[in-house]
Amino acid sequence: MRIVVCVKQVLDPELPAEEFAVDRAARRPAVENPRLVMSTFDEIALEVALQLREAAGEASVVALNLGGRSADEVLRKALAMGAQESLRVDASSLEEPDGVQTAAALAAALRGHLWPVDVVVCGRQAADTDAGQVGPLLAEMLGFPVVTNVLRARPGAPGALHVERETEEGTEVVEVQLPVLLTVTNAECNVPRMPRVRDIMAAQRKTVPTVGVGDLPPEAASPWTTLVELDLPRVEGRCQMIEGETVEAKVEALLAELERLKVV
Amino acid sequence: MRVLAVVLSSPSNSAWAEVVGAGRAAVQVADGALEVAVLGPEEEVAQEMAREAWRGGAERIWLATDPVLQDLSSDRYVAALTEVARAVQPTVLLLRADPMGAELGPRVAWRLQAASITDVVGVRRDPEGSLLWIRPMYGGKALAAVRSHRPVTVVTVRPRAFSAQPVRSGDPGPEGIRTVPLDEAVRIVPRIRVLEHRRQETTGPRLEEARVVVGGGRGIGGEEGFRVLEELARLMGGTVGASRAAVDAGWAPGHLQIGQTGKKIAPELYLAVGISGASQHLAGVSGARHIVAINTDPEAPIFKAAEVGVVEDWREIVPRLVERLKERKRADP
Repeated sequence: MRIVVCVKQVLDPELPAEEFAVDRAARRPAVENPRLVMSTFDEIALEVALQLREAAGEASVVALNLGGRSADEVLRKALAMGAQESLRVDASSLEEPDGVQTAAALAAALRGHLWPVDVVVCGRQAADTDAGQVGPLLAEMLGFPVVTNVLRARPGAPGALHVERETEEGTEVVEVQLPVLLTVTNAECNVPRMPRVRDIMAAQRKTVPTVGVGDLPPEAASPWTTLVELDLPRVEGRCQMIEGETVEAKVEALLAELERLKVV
Repeated sequence: MRVLAVVLSSPSNSAWAEVVGAGRAAVQVADGALEVAVLGPEEEVAQEMAREAWRGGAERIWLATDPVLQDLSSDRYVAALTEVARAVQPTVLLLRADPMGAELGPRVAWRLQAASITDVVGVRRDPEGSLLWIRPMYGGKALAAVRSHRPVTVVTVRPRAFSAQPVRSGDPGPEGIRTVPLDEAVRIVPRIRVLEHRRQETTGPRLEEARVVVGGGRGIGGEEGFRVLEELARLMGGTVGASRAAVDAGWAPGHLQIGQTGKKIAPELYLAVGISGASQHLAGVSGARHIVAINTDPEAPIFKAAEVGVVEDWREIVPRLVERLKERKRADP
């Protein structure tokens, strides 16, 4: 079973809002010495893939990235966590790829360099764009069924997976034939493992193979959507602090505020 | 411009008002007609939704029903919606970004070779007259305006970001409702077979749908503290959520986690109790209309996001608040 996990390098989502700024002209974040990390949901996707490999026995996990040279770092992290192989699709020929271009480039890399693939695992959304569309788009491009909001996956009957996913009412277990694409959400059962120091050292010594984007299909040659403005949300930032001599007085004042907001 | 707002019908669903609201916002900024498509298994339920949507201002309703849509197979809904879009030929297709809509949007977009824009909270027009869709990025730390370059665009709208009130009474009449036959399109074998459903035992409404959410964080100090928050939430007709710190500490189950890696909520009121307000947590509450925070630390970042704050130990405030709300309920049941 060949499992491919798509991992993206993003600006650390834990960056506090007060340290976040945007360059309006360039339409991108303006952060000094930005810390770049593997996107949160992609770490979880990798964990789900590694657990599936452990349960399946005969399986390999490949980490796939579309990005610039700095993204080798997230691929090395994936190797340190337990992926056997990695591949970076060099995105430098794409100016500002949108979701369609990203999915098309990943599809081309899968078909051109990693085929045949049994399971593709993506995060629920990237922690920078928060769009959540590359997974479903990639599934459509590959003609794979997609199972969204996955918590864990285990081998089922030969050629099938049993997948536990989150639903609006709770969870459900589904059976799906391979090949399949999963998008992963977080749960207690898929908290990403910490790589061991020894594995981190070993990953540093590995080379990360790189391929070009190649020719995207004509329909994805240019972006279908563009980001025309990026701005900070207007925060009211005027928090009215409730004063009171006693806690009873504070509770009364709070109750009055809740009444004003028409929520009690 | 033809805007088609899509409602996936279920009897207890007020989601029509959200997509109709988003559709009305779009046709207000760029002249156009708003139409609504109702998809679902039961024609009667769909007819009822059609009336609601018409009263909400839709000029024409398209019904696309088939009993096989009962099983909520996303493969079938993708096929059904693609069929509807080919029949109606809208410029913009609007869906609610709930778990089903979030999957359908990009998939249907690819089948129609349409642009896909997700999790939209607003819409404007740029000076050249094209629509700009507003969506949060970077965990709500930034707002982006996105333009489509395709003749057709599929947009998913964040739950509760838009709403619509009825603008007229009466009925659409036979002229106002059309049918899209689905027969062949949805007679496909879904590639995903459900083996087992496990319902989550929950008290109160779902986090994403709740009007009031009481969130507990590290400051709650333990599992028993969450019982007090549950009582407060119940008295306010709401439900309880938790920060990642509280979930990691084992005081609250993972499905209650609010934040970038948890649930995104959009209640009328988010009452944050003992929550410092880390960036990734605020990403999950940016859709809240009002935020009220209780925390002992006056410097906690949550107060920057809140409009009302109480600097106090929650143990002093919440139990008294529960008592006062109970008194009021007894006085005015």
